[in-house]
Amino acid sequence: MWHLPRVLGMTALCACLTISIVVADTPARLAGTLNTIAPDFMRTDLSGRPLQLNQFKGRVVLLNFWATWCGPCITEIPVFSRWQRRYGDAGLQVIGVSMDDDETAVKRFVAKHNISYPILMGDAKLGESFGGVFGLPQSFLIDARGRIVLRSVGEPNMEALRSQIEGLIRVH
Amino acid sequence: MKSLTNATVLSFCLGMGCPFGASGVGAETVAASSIPAADLLQPADLAATLKSNSTTRPLVLQIGFRKLFDEAHIVDAEYAGPSGESAGLAVLRKRVAKLPRDSAIVIYCGCCPWGHCPNIGAAFSALRALGFRNVKALYIADNFGTGWIEKGYPVTRGG
Repeated sequence: MWHLPRVLGMTALCACLTISIVVADTPARLAGTLNTIAPDFMRTDLSGRPLQLNQFKGRVVLLNFWATWCGPCITEIPVFSRWQRRYGDAGLQVIGVSMDDDETAVKRFVAKHNISYPILMGDAKLGESFGGVFGLPQSFLIDARGRIVLRSVGEPNMEALRSQIEGLIRVH
Repeated sequence: MKSLTNATVLSFCLGMGCPFGASGVGAETVAASSIPAADLLQPADLAATLKSNSTTRPLVLQIGFRKLFDEAHIVDAEYAGPSGESAGLAVLRKRVAKLPRDSAIVIYCGCCPWGHCPNIGAAFSALRALGFRNVKALYIADNFGTGWIEKGYPVTRGG
């Protein structure tokens, strides 16, 4: 009986260790997964304007990882541009993150195409913060509260994506 | 409709030289589908080889894009790309220049769906042109994430 406090102490210590292990593991394991808050980041877009993800809280964000060498990506871009024009006033913000190695190629591409939303250069660190961008295209749909509600890897069903965006815009 | 659009873009890129960006930097686009089926290697087979204690492991080269390699790559793979661009092909040629022509080489990319990959066909074609006969192209259907990492195959994270 006299050692009950020691047992309780040990139990509490084990519980604390378990909790700390879970907490330490959680951010990396859950990064970029559904129903988690999208990791904030700050970059400068190709126009030289600072851009922070959190500045768009209150809007629905479509965060699209792409590259000039990615065929399916360049098929999506004109559609996303149209959506930005059509739904921008209703609360949609598309952000393009290029995973090209060469910024010059991206600038050349953007200059040729009438892209209606900001483009910034991504890197491995930004990809990792979203759980890893190991192939393209890849998009995250983020609701007005900053929560990831869709992670699309590969070629998305554009009609379903548009429906989901329209639903989110109506809700918020 | 979606696949029609994608097919149209791909056909346009293959036929005209892709006008959209980096793939047009001085390199001829070679379709992934040009690689003979007998020269494709399935991810499960490479993973088994890498996990074995075999002393005759192939040289594994990632011939895609640097940022994707820096995020994660196959254990012991070396970066030698991107082969869809002239400068990347030069890196690949330099890396293999002194190797015996019977060396076992596995090339992979996984940047995007197989049929859209701008690198794998060019890398395979270049190695064959250099006289390498023991080259396999890792068949990654969709991308490196779903085709390799999510299957739990050996990976190194970070460049």
